[in-house]
Amino acid sequence: MTAVAPTVDSGQKVEAKPEKRKGTGAWARRAPLLPALLFTIVVTQIPFILTVVYSFQSWNLVRPGSQHFVGFGNYVDVFADSQFRGAMLNTVVLTVVCVLVALLLGLGLALLLDRKFLGRGVVRTLLITPFLILPAAGALLWKTTMFDPTYGLLNFVFGGETDWLSEFPLGSVMAQVVWQWTPFMMLLILAGLQSQPKDVLEAAQVDGAGRWRTFASITLPHLSRYLQLSVLLGAIYIVNSFDAIFLMTQGGPGTASTNLPYYIYQRAFQGFDIGQSSAMGVIVVILTLIVATFALRLMFRAFDVSKGVVK
Amino acid sequence: MSTVRRRLGPASLTTATWVIAILFVFPLIWMVITAFKQEADAYTDPPRIAFTPTLDQFASIFERGFLPYLGNSAFVTVLSTLIVLALGVPAAYALSLAPVPKTSNVLGFFLSTKMLPIVAAIIPLYVISQRTQLLDNVWALVILYTAMNLPLAIWMMRSFFLEVPTEMIEAGRVDGASLPTLLYRVILPVVAPGIAATALICVIFSWTEFFYAVNLTAARAGTVPVFLVGFITSEGLYWAQLSAAALLASLPVMIVGWIAQNHLVRGLSMGAVK
Repeated sequence: MTAVAPTVDSGQKVEAKPEKRKGTGAWARRAPLLPALLFTIVVTQIPFILTVVYSFQSWNLVRPGSQHFVGFGNYVDVFADSQFRGAMLNTVVLTVVCVLVALLLGLGLALLLDRKFLGRGVVRTLLITPFLILPAAGALLWKTTMFDPTYGLLNFVFGGETDWLSEFPLGSVMAQVVWQWTPFMMLLILAGLQSQPKDVLEAAQVDGAGRWRTFASITLPHLSRYLQLSVLLGAIYIVNSFDAIFLMTQGGPGTASTNLPYYIYQRAFQGFDIGQSSAMGVIVVILTLIVATFALRLMFRAFDVSKGVVK
Repeated sequence: MSTVRRRLGPASLTTATWVIAILFVFPLIWMVITAFKQEADAYTDPPRIAFTPTLDQFASIFERGFLPYLGNSAFVTVLSTLIVLALGVPAAYALSLAPVPKTSNVLGFFLSTKMLPIVAAIIPLYVISQRTQLLDNVWALVILYTAMNLPLAIWMMRSFFLEVPTEMIEAGRVDGASLPTLLYRVILPVVAPGIAATALICVIFSWTEFFYAVNLTAARAGTVPVFLVGFITSEGLYWAQLSAAALLASLPVMIVGWIAQNHLVRGLSMGAVK
């Protein structure tokens, strides 16, 4: 599979040339790209530039005319804010734990599905469904039917009167997020498993390699780009988790389950403090960029983007 | 494979798979059951299995004004997906079959916009929408969902374009086919399933999007997830109605996703699957 992309790419160099000669030059080649590029630049970059501008201002929406330049004042306040640090820690814990647990569960389910058995299609359909329901619906569903202290199914099964959402707020949110994202991981990994060349697996068996040996030295390396993609895409979405926290715990009790998206939302839409929440936004962007640079490198390696592309 | 099979036998492994799958989706199964209950049957201790099914909850969802939310969701989802395809397919072509200079930089830029946290943009977006009369307006969501899905769509479509066999394009060229003919006759048939997969992913992410919808819309332009938020004030009181609403709100995407499972896999793996 991996060998396919470079071959195709090297062929492109050859076929791309006549087009250049025939077209009206470089701009004709860029024309199909430009609308998408312009649209994305305008819609995504203008808000971020404005966030930076707002972050240097003292501005509260409920006090008209309060807008004035304060320099780095908002940043100083944010760094002094222990709730912000708490929210940051929660975000990291939530993202890392959820991505890893969902990845492992997804791998397990994918391995179970990578066999021929009665009703395999039905089981796969069942298993992908949590990814297809509205996250908002999933969150409310878990809040009521699973975690309710009196009528919840969890207490019915395990006994006791645990109020899951107030005793284990972050853990409860994570359970729901993992449940929502495991099917996504499973689908990706299953795609990877099914794209394994069968002859290599058979050769390994002929050579007397056991199941675990085959898994560790053939399947896992083959899966690596699928695992990387799962981690990358999963992390992008889980870092931004908002629905589950907003609907299940409202960040509480106290700030026990507040993550950065929810905290910034609170400061902006309940505190109406545009300046400070913008400063937080900028800090989050900088932190994300550091992590993303690393992730992008992984992504490019996994997809061989640089190879064979016309420079 | 063989050792596990010898140890457990295929039958017990299959049974285990079924049990795990049913346990995993049990919250959903329970939601479907609850949606057909009367409120009094919905929260009982212990949970009630035997009850007389009713469609009352579905009726009351529509009485609560579910239809406009459904309409908004459909409008925003369909329109933003169409715009994503209209912008994304040519862009992906320009980044694959007829690559522009600095292709990997452009691809990196598109992907980086996905990695920037949405929260950092919500405040200016709110202010801009307010000043341009786009607050609580479906068009704001159409624009934002297009921007949200476009980078992924371009990445996906690009990998589908890369699968077009170059020999086919060259053969067409030798036969004197023009670019439009080549696109229509040779390239389009190969990438059509890719376009379907991309559209499917866009539909799912637009339909389920919550953050923009909750912060930038209210009663007029609210989408289906916003309708569900209305239940949070009456927490625990209307479980059956909530379950019915959750089921109805998710059903369109669930059905589409079930039917197009294979496209979903290909789309999610960004064409990494052959």
